[in-house]
Amino acid sequence: MNILTTWLRALLPELTVTDAQLGEDLTLRGIAVEGIHDLGSGNGSLFEMDITTNRVDAMNHYGVAREAATIYGLTLAPGAAPLPAAHPAAAPFPVRIEAEDACGRFTARVLRQIKIAPTSSVNGPISSFASRMFTLLEQKQISNAVDASNFAWLAMGQPTHAFDLDKIHGGIVVRRARKGETLKTLDGVERALDPEDLIVADHAKPLALAGVMGGWETMITPATTNVLVEAAWFDPVAVRRTARRHGLHTDASHRFERGADFAAAPLASAIVSALLLENGGHCEGDLVDLQIPAIAARTANRPPVALALAQVHRLLGQTHDSEGIATATVESILSGLGCGLVPQTESGTGEAWLVTLPSWRLDLEREIDLIEEIARVHGYNRFANTLPAFSGAVAARPGAAAESLLRFTLRAAGVHEAIGSTFCSADDAALTEPQPRAAVPLENPLSAEAGLLRPSLIPSMLAMLGGNLHRDIADVRLFELGTVFADASPRSASAGRAAEQLIERVEESLSLAIGLAGSVAEDGLVAALELDFFHLKGIVEQLVACFAAQSVLFDTFPSDCALTPAWLHPFRSARLSVNGLTLGWLGELHPREAAARKFRSRVLVAELAVDRLLTLPLRRPALRELSHFQPVRRDFSLLVPGRLCWADLDRAIAALGIPEILDWRLREILATGPGIPADHQALLVSITFQAADRTLRDDELQAFTAAILAATERLGIRLRASGTQ
Amino acid sequence: MTQPASTTDATFAALESEVRRAAAQLASAEAVENFRLDWLGRKQGRLKRLSESLLASAAIEEKKQIGQRFNALKTLVEAELETALERTRGSLWSDQSLRRERIDVTLPGTRRQIGAEHPITRTMNELVAIFAALGYSVGVGPQVETDYYNFESMNFPPGHPARDTQDTLVVAGQQRRAPRDRLLLRTHTSPVQMRTMEQQPPPVRIVIPGKVHRNDAADATHSPVFHQVEGLCVDKGITFSDLKGTLDHAMKALFGSSVRTRFFPSFFPFTEPSADVQISCIFCVGKGCRRCKQSGWIELLGCGMVDPAVFAFAAEKQPAYDPRLISGFAFGMGVERIAMMKYGIREIGQFYSGDMRFLEQFA
Repeated sequence: MNILTTWLRALLPELTVTDAQLGEDLTLRGIAVEGIHDLGSGNGSLFEMDITTNRVDAMNHYGVAREAATIYGLTLAPGAAPLPAAHPAAAPFPVRIEAEDACGRFTARVLRQIKIAPTSSVNGPISSFASRMFTLLEQKQISNAVDASNFAWLAMGQPTHAFDLDKIHGGIVVRRARKGETLKTLDGVERALDPEDLIVADHAKPLALAGVMGGWETMITPATTNVLVEAAWFDPVAVRRTARRHGLHTDASHRFERGADFAAAPLASAIVSALLLENGGHCEGDLVDLQIPAIAARTANRPPVALALAQVHRLLGQTHDSEGIATATVESILSGLGCGLVPQTESGTGEAWLVTLPSWRLDLEREIDLIEEIARVHGYNRFANTLPAFSGAVAARPGAAAESLLRFTLRAAGVHEAIGSTFCSADDAALTEPQPRAAVPLENPLSAEAGLLRPSLIPSMLAMLGGNLHRDIADVRLFELGTVFADASPRSASAGRAAEQLIERVEESLSLAIGLAGSVAEDGLVAALELDFFHLKGIVEQLVACFAAQSVLFDTFPSDCALTPAWLHPFRSARLSVNGLTLGWLGELHPREAAARKFRSRVLVAELAVDRLLTLPLRRPALRELSHFQPVRRDFSLLVPGRLCWADLDRAIAALGIPEILDWRLREILATGPGIPADHQALLVSITFQAADRTLRDDELQAFTAAILAATERLGIRLRASGTQ
Repeated sequence: MTQPASTTDATFAALESEVRRAAAQLASAEAVENFRLDWLGRKQGRLKRLSESLLASAAIEEKKQIGQRFNALKTLVEAELETALERTRGSLWSDQSLRRERIDVTLPGTRRQIGAEHPITRTMNELVAIFAALGYSVGVGPQVETDYYNFESMNFPPGHPARDTQDTLVVAGQQRRAPRDRLLLRTHTSPVQMRTMEQQPPPVRIVIPGKVHRNDAADATHSPVFHQVEGLCVDKGITFSDLKGTLDHAMKALFGSSVRTRFFPSFFPFTEPSADVQISCIFCVGKGCRRCKQSGWIELLGCGMVDPAVFAFAAEKQPAYDPRLISGFAFGMGVERIAMMKYGIREIGQFYSGDMRFLEQFA
């Protein structure tokens, strides 16, 4: 919204501060001037305003001038000059308010012998002041009828409407529409009215959507000679509902929805009428002014509000100046704002008042509202900066330490944290949701491609991997620790959610996705190393190792049992289970999905259910006594039949339970070579022995070796021919 | 055939004097090493060969004596070697010999690549730490909220125009439910205020980092997904000047002690009085620049005293939230905006791109 300082100065003849100072002072009091534009010599400035929704009273020139008057203690000029004397009317124009809950006030003024003229000529049909304001605001002038209404709007923020009086049948009735009624509005749209719609009608038909938009039939045309000027007060909710139903948002509906000034109608009517009369014509009869007392009682005539100085001090605290908020400060600020103050003496708890509220400030209702006004006008920056005393403890959020450790471990593994989209497409949801139809659709998604809340972090991870790969960034290492969503509404036995079933509850879980592509990039003189499943697995193992777990298992399922998620390569992926609970999946992206996303390089992805991981306690390091005695390493070259996997061998060694076995690790895998039969592979395993209390003797080592070989023998594993390694 | 003992004696005597003579002439570490290899080398050393030739041909009865002489010779070699090593050690570390080990220190270092903390996480952690030091515990809440917690209990009555300012993404099919139960994506972290107060009587000090969503068109500074850090402090005697002091302290902790704050009246349904907070421009130190639109000030966060209506909602479950007895303040700030200022980020979309080139810079 734009405000002219020239106009403000016309309303405040005693105003002496510069435009810049005025802008600053208004801004510091919440009437924010976002930009100041110099309009050239003698034309003052244009203020770009940013006024909060609660201060609808200040979204016009009169309202801003009123704030300035309060700040500087000035007197406002009257808003309109008196109208010329009216010709007598045979009877007052008939107006009836049927919808007493929704129309609090309706004023009607009859103007006759009006000349409607377009505002094209230099000496237009409206006053030079109004015309100049329109020019400075770069507001298009149309005709004296339209301009008059616009001027009242810009001046006071009060919507008005002019009807062609000769098209009104009988008189005005403000009522709800009736079923089957229609109205062609000023935008040319023929509208079917809803029985809830608040309308202005005559004795035969609807004339206008009250407080929203006028009707086509009664609009002012060049042929109009007699005019009925409406200025009214309509209920915010009634106007909002009517406007919503018809998909309309107009200046008028905007104001009425936020609460208009109950007292403003006669003044606005006078402004409009005066401008129309400048081009000839006269008023007929007095202003017809109907008011509904019940609505006046909750707007203009609200009961006074009790205010205690002690409450002001309790909530606002210390000021920079030592006297703080004094009695006189309260009284001068509130009376400047248009409140009436009646001191209360009987309370016995210090200074107190009963405060009457100005009609234009419907946002003021409670004591706290008055306290805010005192702080606002006094100036927020005149309050001291103090720190409240504190005697308590800071409680750690459960899981915070574990989450932080996960992040740390991932970063130490060279993986960057990323944050992806919360939303995904229906295809991605179907691909990744853990249960069919578990993903939660949105009523009003940002786009069709973002129609659901992600049931998994995989869609956003793939999108981010793709973003890099398609920019030819080949080496990508990302993780996201984020929320996934699932419909958790109570359901009958039938699986899934039929389209018409209501989503009553959405379950949120913390999930972790890891996405890798390319290689651990070369750095300095270190060669690049292509990332594969085992890099990903290594990271996952390190993450799991942060927690105390009895069993950690990576396993696979036959491809025909459909247990492996569809986004994973069925033969290059694994499930992670910890203590028998599935914690997640990891592996190469299914080549079908890689092709669909035009990924040319191998992509590795994992998703872990962090909520489940966090049910495990963090692993507390338990120190192993360091031995003073020499460790001994023995290498075994083993021929392993193809039906066995590393885990079989791993378990067999572990099952021996020999305490002197310090460590065993796989050093090399040979698929072919001298002495390796078909369907076998040779594994070079080195085992380190160490005792805590002695140097191991040869016979002991031979016994261990024999035990190991016996155990592997039982699995069908033989030593490769001796002497070869 | 066996050698006479005298011959053996002579051989060993000659060898011993050769060892002494040669060792005495050793002048460099290199020469010492050659001496060692010459005598003690495992495969080609003279002692090795000597033991093979002498012991192989010796008669059984002579072996013991030859063995003793041999061991004496070996002990002598080792002793002489030790003496020579001691004598020449200095030259091993001489400038001249170390020069041969010279490297080019300007070659690039070999780095282990470590992952970066996301700038949003980093900024949120920083903010949380600042408030933790002031006694604030961390509170969190769900991203899918009910209308009640997101709006109604935050004093946005149904049909209130202030709801329009927060375009809301809603879960499908909720029209059939009672308005307060309808599920939506929270538009701010403020619902956690109510969830916390329902669980816990005053005093309360919580800081709430979290993700929020609005149905906003994306541009350079707006994203439908963004993060907030919210705070709530409730106790007896909490004042507006406490709010000012707390945020002034927090902004100084975040941007440096020379930063100043100023407070403007604003409007939020859940606070009253409400304020917007500006900090003196961190780019031009308040002189006026392009970043602060020449004003010297940058708007950073919203705050205010908790509206009594919000306490009334909390009091439905925790009667101790009586606005006549207690008071409190709340504040909320956009994490992206702060991170953009701190790190010079121009495009908000970069936070959510997963672009390695962007993220790597925060490692």
